[in-house]
Amino acid sequence: MTTVAQAHGLTDEQLDALAREFEALRAEVAAQLGADDVAYIRRLIRIQRWAEVGGRASLFLGFLPPFWLAGAAALSLSKILDNMEIGHNVLHGQYDWTKDPALSSTTFEWDSSCPAKGWQHYHNFLHHTFTNITEKDRDLGYGVIRISGESEWSPANLGNPLYALGLALIFDWGIMLHDVDLGHVRKGKKPWAEAKRSLKNGLRKSGKLAFRDYVMWPALTGPLFLSTLAADALANVVRNVWSFIIIFCGHFPNGALEFTEEECEGESKGHWYFRQILGSANISGNRLFHIMSGNLSYQIEHHLFPDIPARRYQQIAPQVREICQRYGIPYNTGRLSRQFGSVIFKIFRFALPGRSSRAIPLPQAPDRPPSELVAA
Amino acid sequence: MGDPSTRRRAVPPGTRGKRARLTRDSRVRYGSLMPVGVVPSRPLASRVLRRALRVADAVATPYGVDRYVELVRPSWSSTEVRAKVMAVARTTPRSVTVTLRPNGNWSGFRAGQHTQLSVEIDGMRHTRCYSMANCATAGDGLIELSITAHPHGRVSRHLRQFAERGRTVGLTSAQGTFTLPETEPGHLLLISGGSGITPVMSMLRTRCALGWENPLTFVHYALTHADMLYRDELEELARTAPGVRLVRIFTDEPGRGDLDGFLCRQQLDRAAPQWTEAEAFVCGPAPLMDSARDLFAGQGRDDHLHTESFTLTPFGAAGPVGGAVRFGVSEMGVASDGRPLLLQAEAAGLAPLSGCRMGICHTCTRQLGTGTVRDAVTGELTTGPDANIRICVSIPVGDVEIDL
Repeated sequence: MTTVAQAHGLTDEQLDALAREFEALRAEVAAQLGADDVAYIRRLIRIQRWAEVGGRASLFLGFLPPFWLAGAAALSLSKILDNMEIGHNVLHGQYDWTKDPALSSTTFEWDSSCPAKGWQHYHNFLHHTFTNITEKDRDLGYGVIRISGESEWSPANLGNPLYALGLALIFDWGIMLHDVDLGHVRKGKKPWAEAKRSLKNGLRKSGKLAFRDYVMWPALTGPLFLSTLAADALANVVRNVWSFIIIFCGHFPNGALEFTEEECEGESKGHWYFRQILGSANISGNRLFHIMSGNLSYQIEHHLFPDIPARRYQQIAPQVREICQRYGIPYNTGRLSRQFGSVIFKIFRFALPGRSSRAIPLPQAPDRPPSELVAA
Repeated sequence: MGDPSTRRRAVPPGTRGKRARLTRDSRVRYGSLMPVGVVPSRPLASRVLRRALRVADAVATPYGVDRYVELVRPSWSSTEVRAKVMAVARTTPRSVTVTLRPNGNWSGFRAGQHTQLSVEIDGMRHTRCYSMANCATAGDGLIELSITAHPHGRVSRHLRQFAERGRTVGLTSAQGTFTLPETEPGHLLLISGGSGITPVMSMLRTRCALGWENPLTFVHYALTHADMLYRDELEELARTAPGVRLVRIFTDEPGRGDLDGFLCRQQLDRAAPQWTEAEAFVCGPAPLMDSARDLFAGQGRDDHLHTESFTLTPFGAAGPVGGAVRFGVSEMGVASDGRPLLLQAEAAGLAPLSGCRMGICHTCTRQLGTGTVRDAVTGELTTGPDANIRICVSIPVGDVEIDL
């Protein structure tokens, strides 16, 4: 059987050289980390907190439509910043080097239903280590959506588009349940006791957040109870739909490849880097867009260096792209409309039986055949 | 990366560095009868406020109220000890003395104790132990630290150069058992070398504030006359405070001090003839402490010798280095085999949380208690205390303790 790497004409030696190039790039960025990175994340945290304080305050005047709207918008902004650029990245350990307990991956908690510890296990470990390996990376379709031709079709998959819409609306709850992983419990692959513990923690956390958003704050605004509750709900939905879009654009757009367990068995570090690139997709956009997406729009760079502060991905992207070009590895990037368009296409396509997903041409063929490469 | 000095945990934690403008506070407070180590009580209003804010955490979940209050008041915290720098003085060529006002979570200290001071340098928080040098019973809620710049000391050099009024720093509650006795001993002998003067300075000041008058001998070794911390205040106390005898030794300037050379039997006999009956407190470099231990052991007086020291961790070492690995929580120790801590822990029968085992997922992040580890991927060195490390890629360099 031909592996994906062989199909790309890469030898083991070239993969080793690739690993060395990425390690060197990593060292270069790591050496630059300093006060700027800390100032940046603290500024975002301040913006996020002020947005939340401002949003909550504004809802006390929620009987005036502009204040209600501003309140809901500020809370949406706060939740998006918290989950994406702050929470996701801090929980990756991107700021552990600062030794600041407020930025530590071991103590940080976020405004999302999934408890940080559980999320770190399935996301940082399972998803980032086994990215796009069918059967191992449970993020492929999140267990409810058939997003690849590699998984068996069943009539239940006809509901794909509906499941996707539902998941988008309650995405943070979905992530919490995803960590509990009832699917594996049903198949007997995960002990119920373990899942029960995750479920209990997850329900406690999401219960606390729901109590805050749907009881405490509405009650504090007195007669505006329903108006505040509606604004809080809207903010949660906005955050959920936005993070769903960004996250589904990370690994499911056309061109992002999947791998089998056997072809990754005992893989080298170089193959791991190679797989991270092929399994991920970037989204192009302006600075604000990158911040709002937690720099997950640089999904490729994020998967190569998950614990380098995300604001650095933009800086190293040209170098990563150049390395990919020299090794003939496709670098998948495109506008949000194109990337998410192809995800929606897949959601509909794989609602139906069949394996093919080649409806759209693969992105960016290699500029040079890899045979011209000299192993460093 | 960091200051290579770490505290040896085997002995009661202690100190380094300290002091600034000489004040007359200690003399003014003669006659105070406050018990040693009394703590300033928090104002009631502050306690009520703190209580109320904890209740309010429910509306501020998941972060807690602190995270909002600190938007406007950086030194605020309902749980952490933080302090604001109130005054900075540079009285010797290599030292800086800072006066800090800790927030309401500080519960005072006993003379001789230390705190772990955290400062941020280039975005990275560094933590070091420093002993309080001021009077423990003054009740003004302030603490004074004197920090001597060590040639390789990242924190001490940074503070010497950049410490400034108004800055917020992190602290821990006072720690350590190297403390002034509760009741006055017949004879107190305080011996210090260099920056080790700070805890015994606190003992001296506190002793004077308590109105104790039994004989006290203060022996201090400094490199030079100019380098001696608290020199003016000590000379003043020796003249005016009852029972205080000061012996200054300048090791780089023979003939300038009261005695010359390093600690030995003959020197101690001259400095404090009744030393064999004294309660002795010694803080300074390792050779000084070793000499003191030998002398007191020779007299069978080990029980009356109290020491506080710090050691230097070998720095810049590469490749496998022998040493002891101590798993603090499990109370187990093994000899390091040069592999990452995760593998060594597993070989020892422990089952720490781990994930990718290649340094990317941070599942195995643990706190390094003491010692230095090398990152197997980057070669970077990290030194405790309290550094978060990924044990799957951290190889011990020398002795380490880890919270496993």
